[in-house]
Amino acid sequence: MRPVAAAGNGSALRPGFLAPVADSQQVFRRVLRAMSEPGSLQNIAVDLAPPAPLDRATAALCLTLLDFETPVWLDAAADGEEVRAWLRFHCGCPLVEETDAARFAVMAAPSEMPALGAFPLGSEAYPDEGTTVILQVPSLESGEAVTLRGPGIEDCREFRAAGIAGGFWKQRREMEALFPQGVDLVFASGASLAAVPRSTEVRF
Amino acid sequence: MAEQGYNFAYLDEQTKRMIRRAILKAVAIPGYQVPFGSREMPLPFGWGTGGIQVTASIIGRDDTLKVIDQGADDTVNAVSIRKFFARTAGVETTERTEDATILQTRHRIPETRLGAGQILVYQVPIPEPLRWLEPREAETRKMHALEEYGVMHVRLYEDIARFGHIATSYDYPVRVNGRYLMRPSPIPKFDNPKMDRSPALQLFGAGREKRIYAIPPHTGVRSLDFDDHPFEVQKWEDVCALCGSGDSFLDEIVTDDRGGRMFVCSDTDYCGRRREAGHAGPTSRNGEADGA
Repeated sequence: MRPVAAAGNGSALRPGFLAPVADSQQVFRRVLRAMSEPGSLQNIAVDLAPPAPLDRATAALCLTLLDFETPVWLDAAADGEEVRAWLRFHCGCPLVEETDAARFAVMAAPSEMPALGAFPLGSEAYPDEGTTVILQVPSLESGEAVTLRGPGIEDCREFRAAGIAGGFWKQRREMEALFPQGVDLVFASGASLAAVPRSTEVRF
Repeated sequence: MAEQGYNFAYLDEQTKRMIRRAILKAVAIPGYQVPFGSREMPLPFGWGTGGIQVTASIIGRDDTLKVIDQGADDTVNAVSIRKFFARTAGVETTERTEDATILQTRHRIPETRLGAGQILVYQVPIPEPLRWLEPREAETRKMHALEEYGVMHVRLYEDIARFGHIATSYDYPVRVNGRYLMRPSPIPKFDNPKMDRSPALQLFGAGREKRIYAIPPHTGVRSLDFDDHPFEVQKWEDVCALCGSGDSFLDEIVTDDRGGRMFVCSDTDYCGRRREAGHAGPTSRNGEADGA
């Protein structure tokens, strides 16, 4: 195991939320809104200087949702000494090497992500054990447009995310047949976030 | 201003995180009951501890809270929960449905249509719709997994066989987004149509039974029925004695010990605002209870 509070390369550990109670509440309401209205863009207005390569929205999601109960899997791009030390100190979350042990996955380079099916999808009896996958993308305004339908969407909504793997939406679409099992996607970029829960139908 | 000595909204931050994660999964799987680690609250189970824990986990300083108990803002459960959050979170409270960002309810949905961005939090005594038909949790979980809901139709059919119509009048079972069978908490079936494609987010908290479930906005909620016995809501011969409303849920009030009674709106905010706007019912016009 690596030391907990020491950041790599000797730099000081970066701070978390300045006002943890109010900030995590505000961020939670944004992600709740994002999850209840799939594909809608939500903006986070908290002060945060997260370690590279995490964007503000990605880091804010981590501080809001992760703790000792949530094993977290990091992709190679997010998995640096500084990020590990920061997550361990502020969230106290276990960091796992195997995708099938993750309750949350954090990806800084979703273009090279493993198959969605590599993460736990929950069981038929306990579908809530499916993983929440946080994908940090370069933009939520460019990229292939997909059409979302389902709970939380009045008719249909267009959604774009840049920098995701080719065939990603096809994988996601195939997963719809497994409902209620599945993974829930939260996209983060800069200070914006959006969600595509498993109940959403994706068409392209 | 929130009272000193408590964390904001009473719950500690780790509990809030755990409940928040459960709420997100509940929203992602509409109608599915997510287990959560319900905490002991400073009031007994059965007094809305599930709803309170959900509200405490979502509420922020900018929120405006409304709490109703059977439609009324001024009954003991509503008053004490409203005071609880005014003290521990220092939030604004209101009785006006459209001014509230979060509405916690026991057993009613307000008559005023909810809008986008509002959150309705239900207090739930028994979350499992199949519980009185199958007492074993392991079995009901399997029935939900397999979408095996025939037994509930049989129960409604037994009503028809015995009474000639579906006699279930509250806590009437629904299917959410065509998948999960869900118990809407003991709201009258009069309120069931309001859940269907509501623009508001609906969250359900059961404290003693340790379950959270949700209906996202614009989600189909269908009350169970039969082709030859379609779902129907209650109707009244009377109008509200105070405001004259003919399309709200009415409570029967006994006015004396000689059989006198009157019907009034269960939603006190709706009724009061109609009267302010100049509407009047038979009682207001006569100036006394009619005692019919």
